[in-house]
Amino acid sequence: MIQALTFYVFAFFTVVSAVLVISARNPVHSVLFLILAFFSSAGLFVLMGAEFLAMILVVVYVGAVAVLFLFVVMMLDINFVELRQGFLQYLPAGAMIGLVLLIELVVIVAGHALAPDAGTAVAQPMPPVDKISNTQALGELFYTHYIYLFQAAGLILLVAMIGAIVLTHRKREGVRKQRIHDQVNRRPEDSVEVVKVETGKGI
Amino acid sequence: MFEIGLSHYMTVSAIVFTLGILGIFLNRKNVIIIMMSVELMLLAVNINLVAFSAELNDMVGQVFAMFVLTVAAAEAAIGLAILVVYFRNRGSIAVEDVNMMKG
Repeated sequence: MIQALTFYVFAFFTVVSAVLVISARNPVHSVLFLILAFFSSAGLFVLMGAEFLAMILVVVYVGAVAVLFLFVVMMLDINFVELRQGFLQYLPAGAMIGLVLLIELVVIVAGHALAPDAGTAVAQPMPPVDKISNTQALGELFYTHYIYLFQAAGLILLVAMIGAIVLTHRKREGVRKQRIHDQVNRRPEDSVEVVKVETGKGI
Repeated sequence: MFEIGLSHYMTVSAIVFTLGILGIFLNRKNVIIIMMSVELMLLAVNINLVAFSAELNDMVGQVFAMFVLTVAAAEAAIGLAILVVYFRNRGSIAVEDVNMMKG
């Protein structure tokens, strides 16, 4: 009973905030509703027994990705009213496609049945929760069976970080800063000139 | 109704995924909202993966969801970086008439 109630609360907030993400007038509000959507689905994850993923969702998405979105939305000076034009124009086509997709998905959800041997073909069975916690079980998988994939995921993040820096970094003209390389490479011959001054003439 | 099972989570995930697609169609001009819609779709996929993982008592679903999360974070970072560069070049983020690459 409690579980059902919790599920419905979190599911309701997930869906409602997803609706508001795509329909809010102000993109800042969209980002805030995106945060709410992630937060509520983290609650759903906890309900399903995936605590580690729930915490990762809160830390990575609410803490990093959503704040990144917020930064970009606030940093760029954009005329959002102009960008909103065409909302109603695309509504019929979008609603049509969305409806068709939703009907297809509902048909799948309503008509699905797990294969009879699905329970026996488990690749990594979940250990009993009272013995090994979800986090420990995931860690034991990540650092043994999936170590190469784990490393690859780290590599993807590294590439993303370098890519983001390379893309957004720029040399700005007119900014004075210390250029150590130029300073160290400076030689007396380049900068000091000895002039022979004749007596009584000046330069 | 009060017995929460796989179908309930699949329904939520289906609705959120559809909303993500709808968001892409409705906000054709605003690339920031489009990226948020993509994030919503990835979230729906994650809910589905974790639901099946819990249903089948298989940890691999959660492992996979974790990788999906990683790739989604990387995608958001790169996408927003591209967006910032694009805004610097064009002074707007209207993506409806992007034809700089003549593709």
